Amino acid sequence: MSIYKDITINGLWKQNPGVVQLLGLCPTLAVTTTAVNGLSLGLATALVMAASNGSVSPVRRFIPNEIRVPVFILVIAALVTVIDLSINAFAHPLHKVLGIFIPLIVVNCIVLARVESFAAKNAPVPSILDGFMMGLGLTLVLGLLGAMREIIGKGSLFSGLDLVFGPAAKQFVLTIIPDYHGFLLAVLPPGAFLGLGILIAARNWIEIRKAAKTNVPTPQLEPALSH
Amino acid sequence: MTDTLIKHAIKTAGTMLVFALVGTALLAYVFEVTRTPIENSEAEARIALFKQILPDEAYYNDDDDEAHDNHLLKNIIEIAPNPLLGNKTPTKAYRAKRHHKYEAVILEAIAHDGYSGDIKLLIAIRADGSISGVRVLAHKETPGLGDYIDITHSNWINQFNNESLAKTPAQQWQVKKDGGQFDYMAGATITPRAVVKAIFKALQYFEENKQVVFFDEGADKKEIKQKAKEKKKHKD
Repeated sequence: MSIYKDITINGLWKQNPGVVQLLGLCPTLAVTTTAVNGLSLGLATALVMAASNGSVSPVRRFIPNEIRVPVFILVIAALVTVIDLSINAFAHPLHKVLGIFIPLIVVNCIVLARVESFAAKNAPVPSILDGFMMGLGLTLVLGLLGAMREIIGKGSLFSGLDLVFGPAAKQFVLTIIPDYHGFLLAVLPPGAFLGLGILIAARNWIEIRKAAKTNVPTPQLEPALSH
Repeated sequence: MTDTLIKHAIKTAGTMLVFALVGTALLAYVFEVTRTPIENSEAEARIALFKQILPDEAYYNDDDDEAHDNHLLKNIIEIAPNPLLGNKTPTKAYRAKRHHKYEAVILEAIAHDGYSGDIKLLIAIRADGSISGVRVLAHKETPGLGDYIDITHSNWINQFNNESLAKTPAQQWQVKKDGGQFDYMAGATITPRAVVKAIFKALQYFEENKQVVFFDEGADKKEIKQKAKEKKKHKD
């Protein structure tokens, strides 16, 4: 049982892809102009990661070591295309918002990293969970960063929700700061870098405080780039 | 030694081939399954957009009856590249018809002089030369600054409704800052300037090319005749 707990904690906090492994920065920085954009792409990525981990793990013994990377990429690219087509067919408005970012999931190195370092060595069920939890960890960072940039940049939260759930969802769009004229920097690319920096610093600060309480001498500050 | 090496290589290549085949089969299957829904939702989205700028239901009448084959998506002509429309490749013009008479057209126009990249516009013009509505199809203007031309951000684009060359003289087709009559928002004037100019030029194009835009190829009539024939066959 504890292996599932470990996987969950690793994905969401200890090895969070967004603020610890720093993998998949391309969508993290590009898409997070609003909370809804960030969350939607994060969930799509989580779906792809769970599916690719889940489909590589059962056949891991049949994949020769020499060609594992091309095979992994083939599997991931096929799955992303399937998800891209499905979203386009069954959630067309969402596809309009995320359209150009979904194919980019293929080149998101976090997907390949988890297939290579986890699914290729573990049983299917833990692999699926690992992919999903890593994706959820990334979703968390994307959502937070998107919310930060949206509130500071536009003074609203969850704008664009109607594009995902239909016009009825428009009432859930929150105006955090009324009559706000916007702070453009937060919406433009520099805002993404600054916001991500703040999130990484916040996570490290929490870790240091935790370490100080338990009297562990040197907390691990370096992002784990061992993969 | 070389034998085992060759065997190994062939086996590896075979595995790769199997994965490629399975992947291709999966993709082909999903593509086939999703093709119709994608086409449908794309057409639906297009019609929803058209209805924003040309609301009259009569133009979307999908009745195959001889007198009412008026559906906008069935009355399309291609328009060759024209500097007034800014298109470098042929674009489509959607003609709105009622009782065999063209009453309006939806043109695509492209403004090349926006702040960043092209601004693609969809302009609905009535036969009398007045604007029924305008929407921005695609743009890359600065988020939060120049993007108010998009209806999802503000109602700015609606000020062009019912405008025409007859109503507003040529020198008034400018933003207020340049002495014209159209509103703009402080901080971003390049974007609205480009849009105003593109709409003005599209109206000019329409005035000069009414015959082209509303040209009836006769193909429509042929089609109707053929359909009538088919109907007769069905009855027999």
